[in-house]
Amino acid sequence: METLTMTKKQPRKDEKAVTSISGSVAVLEAFLAEGVETIFGYPGGAIMPIYDALYDYNDKLKHILVRHEQGAIHAAQGYARASGKVGVVFATSGPGATNLVTGLADAMIDSTPVVCITGQVFAHLLGTDAFQETDVINITTPVTKWNYQVTDATEIPSVLAKAFYIAGSGRPGPVVIDITKNAQLQKFDYAGYEKCEHIRSYRPKPIVRKNYVEEAAKLINGAERPFVIFGQGVILGKAEKEFKQFIEKAGIPAAWTIMGMSAIPTDHPLAVGMLGMHGNYGPNVLTNECDVLIAIGMRFDDRVTGRLDKYAKQAKVVHLDIDPAEIDKNVKSTVPVWGDCKETLPMLTELIEQKVYPQWLQRFKDHQQKEEDKVIKDELNPASDVLTMGEVIKELNELTKGNAIIVTDVGQHQMVACRYAKFNQSKSNITSGGLGTMGFALPAAIGAAYGDPSRTTVAIIGDGGFQMTLQELGTIMQFKPDVKIIILNNNFLGMVRQWQQLFHEKRYSFVDIQSPDFVQVAKGFGIPGKSVAKRDDLKEVLKEMLGSKGSFLLEVMVGKENNVFPMVPQGRGVAEIVLCKEEV
Amino acid sequence: MLKQEYTITVYTENQIGLLNRIAIIFSRRKINIESLNTSPSEVDSVHRFTIVINETEDVVRKLCRQIEKQVEVLKAYFNTQDEIVWQELALYKVPTDIIAEEVKVERLLREHGAKAVVIRKDYTVFEVAGHREETDNLIKVLEPYGLIEFVRSARVAIIKDSDGFHEKLKEFEYREPGEDAVENEFLNENEKVFSM
Repeated sequence: METLTMTKKQPRKDEKAVTSISGSVAVLEAFLAEGVETIFGYPGGAIMPIYDALYDYNDKLKHILVRHEQGAIHAAQGYARASGKVGVVFATSGPGATNLVTGLADAMIDSTPVVCITGQVFAHLLGTDAFQETDVINITTPVTKWNYQVTDATEIPSVLAKAFYIAGSGRPGPVVIDITKNAQLQKFDYAGYEKCEHIRSYRPKPIVRKNYVEEAAKLINGAERPFVIFGQGVILGKAEKEFKQFIEKAGIPAAWTIMGMSAIPTDHPLAVGMLGMHGNYGPNVLTNECDVLIAIGMRFDDRVTGRLDKYAKQAKVVHLDIDPAEIDKNVKSTVPVWGDCKETLPMLTELIEQKVYPQWLQRFKDHQQKEEDKVIKDELNPASDVLTMGEVIKELNELTKGNAIIVTDVGQHQMVACRYAKFNQSKSNITSGGLGTMGFALPAAIGAAYGDPSRTTVAIIGDGGFQMTLQELGTIMQFKPDVKIIILNNNFLGMVRQWQQLFHEKRYSFVDIQSPDFVQVAKGFGIPGKSVAKRDDLKEVLKEMLGSKGSFLLEVMVGKENNVFPMVPQGRGVAEIVLCKEEV
Repeated sequence: MLKQEYTITVYTENQIGLLNRIAIIFSRRKINIESLNTSPSEVDSVHRFTIVINETEDVVRKLCRQIEKQVEVLKAYFNTQDEIVWQELALYKVPTDIIAEEVKVERLLREHGAKAVVIRKDYTVFEVAGHREETDNLIKVLEPYGLIEFVRSARVAIIKDSDGFHEKLKEFEYREPGEDAVENEFLNENEKVFSM
């Protein structure tokens, strides 16, 4: 059947003369119309017609052949997060598609716009347990914003237009389009591509209610100790400027969630640090002392709130969000301001009074000082010979001056990097926030390097997470994106070990992970590398890494049993944040 | 807040896979769906789901927002028992000879408003449309007389206050829908709390 259809295919020369094109070509034409430049993918049986068509589009579309489909989707996520555009993935049916699932879940919970095209068996084979057939639509339903199976090529232009519109608009998210092989091969009369701008059942942005904005402004103007907490919504809404104007006029201290980080420069005078389990001391403690809490584009994740019944009970809550389902989901708001913060923030800025809160801001500084004395000083300038994760980040800050894109994996190194990294431009902090996907960083950094080639991309990864997706070194070897890789190696699955130490009587159950010689591994992939364990060598080798042409792998041996503090232990309120293990 | 029975009415596009998308919103949160019905609505091309669950108002409101968030869902409403008119249809298969012989059975069927749908030599099928208690009661009544089979349909419900979906759909079709398209939200004047 398959070969029959293939031999029937007309020679390519004739294709341009007729208006009839194949479904596969329609997919690529859609990409061009949507401004796609880079595709991350992996071919296979059920997506071969699309790859065959791609052969003729090589000059217009860059395809990066990854080493595993999970790498493809994480790369597309990194691309989307660094560029602000929609990331695009190709994968084949069956295992190709199921390998995307982790990345889809990650993109779903972190609102990352990604369009994945998966091949599927011929329509007449659906449901027959055909070779490499899986029910991709049903497997991906809970982890996609939208998904759709195409069995007829005539649907492809309009379905792809919808896919890009849905993925990128409103609260962004991942979309899967599953295309059966017959639809990829099928020729149809192509009437051109029309972008989608409206779907009647889909409202990407709720209508802004002016009276709610007024009510919010009234609360803010009457506040004595107002506090702004913000998330990735500011970045996704491309509202960094509007946000900055808002806090500067209002004079309100602002703290970020891990996903909101880099929306304003980390050294902004009103920036008071990171929220959450391993966030800064002041923002956590003072969440429970502010009188008006203004939450912008964030979703009150449990890692941010700690115990909900001990969270900001004293405060009136203003919640700005584009997704109505987030309002009152975890924290009851006094005034919800639905809408795109790019629209609502200027409206709010207009209505608020210019103010400063020197005493209130001083409270944050006092708490900051306490954290400096009890945690930060030792982390950044340790007395012992053993290197800490924090001092690596500190040295890196000095060399990159906050201009680099920092991509982190998941675990202790992620928390340390996000606590100490300096940023002075938006879309700089790329991490797996909601899902906590180990193995995210290396492929995401590859994607980020394509998403914004004008900047240095540094991936900071633990020894455990690196071993989950290190096959993507092959992608770096072949396509040469410029990715600087720092492995912070403590010879442990550090975060789990920290919890076992603090909450499981130091019963270290399967956290002593062994690592290969990472420098040799990199060498095998043609990537230069070094390993460093001494403080004296650290700066030089970081310089060498950043100065090298192309990718470089740097392994830094750090303290085996170092812990990340402060910490809001699970099940406690944000004000019960502890600064050292004796306080746990 | 106490759990009670809520009827959720969802207006949707007619699309394969949407039933699953809606069903997993409940199963993900380990909430049992008591009854689920899909049907056409008063508007051509718009489908209507009727879902019954036992939950608190807070949970039901959140569920409705999650349902409404789905791309192909136009609108989700939730209502308590007294805000709707509802019916369920039940079928009962009973041996014909017993009914023929026992006068009491005939009277019981009349009392319950049962209608014979099929009468065969060996069995008769009755139908009753009504509330849950009514159809449940008849099971108990018929059991001593050799009830062979019983089945009950999902609930269908009409919202007492609704003006139908025709006008609302027009709103949705505009590129910039008016405020009418947004509901389930109100300013609670007493507590000065905005809600949805």
